Amino acid sequence: MAELRIEDLAVSVDGKLIINGVSFGVRSGEVLALMGPNGSGKTTLFMTIAGHPRYNVVRGKVMLDGEDIVKLPPEERFLRGLMVAFQTPTVVPEVRLSTLITAMINKINGRKLTDPAPPSLVNSLMKGIQEVGLTPAHLSRGINHGFSGGEMKRSEILQLLMVKPKVALIDEPDSGLDVDGVFAVGKALLSLANSGTAIVLTTHSAKILHVVKPTRVLVLNRGRIAAEGGMELVEEIEKVGYENFLKAR
Amino acid sequence: MGMRHDLYNLIEDGITPEEVLSKNTPVRRSVEIKGEVTKDVVEELSKIKREPDWMMRLRLRSLELFNKLPTPNWLPNWVLDNINLEDYISYARPDVNRSSNWDEIPPEVRQYYEALNIPEIEARALMGLGAQLDSEIIYINIRKQLAEKGVVVLPMEEAVQKYPDLVKQYFMRVFPPEHKFAALHGALWSGGVFVYVPPGVRIEAPIEGFFLISNAGEGQFEHTLVVADKGSYIHYIEGCSAPRLSKYSFHDGMVEIYAHEGAKVKFTTVQNWSRNVINFNNKRAIAERNAEVEWVEASIGSVASFVYPSTILKGEGAKTEITGITIANGKGHVKENGAKVIHDAPNTSSKVVNKSISANGGTAVYKGVVYVRRGARFARSHVTCDSLVLDGDSKAYTIPHDQVFDDTAVVTHEAYTGRISEDKINYLRTRGLTEEEAKSLIVLGFISDVTEGLPFEYAMVLNRVIMLEFSKYGKVA
Ligand SMILES: Nc1ncnc2c1ncn2[C@@H]1O[C@H](COP(=O)(O)OP(=O)(O)OP(=O)(O)O)[C@@H](O)[C@H]1O
Ligand SMILES: [Mg+2]
Repeated sequence: MAELRIEDLAVSVDGKLIINGVSFGVRSGEVLALMGPNGSGKTTLFMTIAGHPRYNVVRGKVMLDGEDIVKLPPEERFLRGLMVAFQTPTVVPEVRLSTLITAMINKINGRKLTDPAPPSLVNSLMKGIQEVGLTPAHLSRGINHGFSGGEMKRSEILQLLMVKPKVALIDEPDSGLDVDGVFAVGKALLSLANSGTAIVLTTHSAKILHVVKPTRVLVLNRGRIAAEGGMELVEEIEKVGYENFLKAR
Repeated sequence: MGMRHDLYNLIEDGITPEEVLSKNTPVRRSVEIKGEVTKDVVEELSKIKREPDWMMRLRLRSLELFNKLPTPNWLPNWVLDNINLEDYISYARPDVNRSSNWDEIPPEVRQYYEALNIPEIEARALMGLGAQLDSEIIYINIRKQLAEKGVVVLPMEEAVQKYPDLVKQYFMRVFPPEHKFAALHGALWSGGVFVYVPPGVRIEAPIEGFFLISNAGEGQFEHTLVVADKGSYIHYIEGCSAPRLSKYSFHDGMVEIYAHEGAKVKFTTVQNWSRNVINFNNKRAIAERNAEVEWVEASIGSVASFVYPSTILKGEGAKTEITGITIANGKGHVKENGAKVIHDAPNTSSKVVNKSISANGGTAVYKGVVYVRRGARFARSHVTCDSLVLDGDSKAYTIPHDQVFDDTAVVTHEAYTGRISEDKINYLRTRGLTEEEAKSLIVLGFISDVTEGLPFEYAMVLNRVIMLEFSKYGKVA
């Protein structure tokens, strides 16, 4: 049973306060949908929780299974079970996607970074690429090198599926995906949640939420939580838009 | 797969050659020649080796040229200051009897090679091995089935005695003493391996020459000559190591390759000298009609290195590929790893791939020449240089030079300089890798298309060495 708790988190980027007092929690099996208009701070929140050095924690705690990890470097947070799927993943042409996935799994299992992939990983990789709609060729290309927008998203999800982290922060997995892609990724996230991963997910479209079925919905505005509830919040936002939704609060 | 695993662990658990070797005390010498390189010195060396007259004359002619030729004006001053030949031991014979059985090599010498897993790799992956310590080959052995096919693998001196007519045809004829350090080599050469592959014989696993410098203030001048007769194939691997030395040592070796019609020679060097070695190597091949020569020069160690593998495409349809990997990691390190191709016949083709990594104030340089003679119709050449610069203190220079005298030739170039951005590192860190691990993975990935072309054992050694290079010797800024 894993749990992530964010307590009164405030974050500045390049001296500008972006997140200002956010608290929430998520546990194994739960899917938390984090909604909010462009620029409201969703990505900033994820980057901060992941430990990206550009983001400055002004105050607050990031508790993973009862331990405050707010001072840990990103690699330590990953090894404790926290993983992000990025909204805009980085291109690393030098390192093959398969090499990265093998290295992650090796690290988790305390093996040497460049050890060959164990046969079990090779098998689940072959299944995983089918699940997210990639091909073996993608595995042998540089990370996101020449990938289409949708392929980058699929590659992020593939990595999640291989690692099965305790907590996954998934930033707009559906943007740029075609209809089939949204469905496939939604189903993959559902199975991830069912296998025990606690999920926080951002999106700008209700479609993926109809597949994933979040247990709770949070709406972020200007770095604070403006509303908290269930799928009815999503339906309201879809109907009236963020401006009216937020005015009414 | 099982074997590969063992070997992998073996290598993975090792420490750097510098560390392993620096524990040991210098090996005893039975003969040492020191001081200014004069006619007397060269004659003495020739007498010690009981050489035929023609070889003594070749040495003396080389010495004359050495004294006449100008010192290259492109060498950094600090390098010139540290190769004062009067201060060097130009010949050091270790007090060891040569053998083809590791058990007969004294343990205090054998441990050097064992620490580097050389006998192990020989048993598993090689068809033959010659191991040199300082100025002499102390161990040499080839598999029986090769000897039965007429393959000759001998210490260079022994080849001069046993096959003078064969050796004479090629020795310093592929690479004449035309510049200062080649001439010095001609005067002082000692050790090295002679290989002859008879027509049509294909040696499927590599033969290796391994070179060790055990002492500070020493010059090593080994001479390697590979003659591949018509339609034959050989892959020769050259490895070099040295312990950490108290002052500079100097390496000025030579490799000559002759690929007869339809033959293929692959020559791979994994140069991992310690940081007190100044490395020159004179490498040249001649490729006859439809022959192929492939050079791989992995320049990992040494503080300064100047190597430009060259191929003369002499016969119609001859081909060459010259691949360089250069690591310049450290303040003041200068690593020149170039290539030279002479298209001397029609329908010849060449491909040059150079990948360099500079870090912590190091400078990596590619210097290349592609020459197409008039009448070398439809020659094709492609040169790619990729540099990875790890920090603001480090540099990479690419200096290609074309001389094309035939209008049907197609000579093309590509150059690319990459940096390891924060973004890349941070992305990999969120995937559980430390900053250093992220950097080594990027570096290994950068050269992977080269390492993947090497035999498994050597790709592993190379990967291992590179990982160590970036984790142990000063963190990458
Ligand atoms: N380096 C920076 N300097 C100044 N402002 C920044 C910086 N980085 C991010 N911001 C601002 O922080 C705010 C939050 O950005 P963030 O990417 O977290 O929003 P988001 O909720 O993920 O938006 P979207 O839905 O568009 O992905 C934005 O207004 C953005 O411009
Ligand atoms: Mg965002």
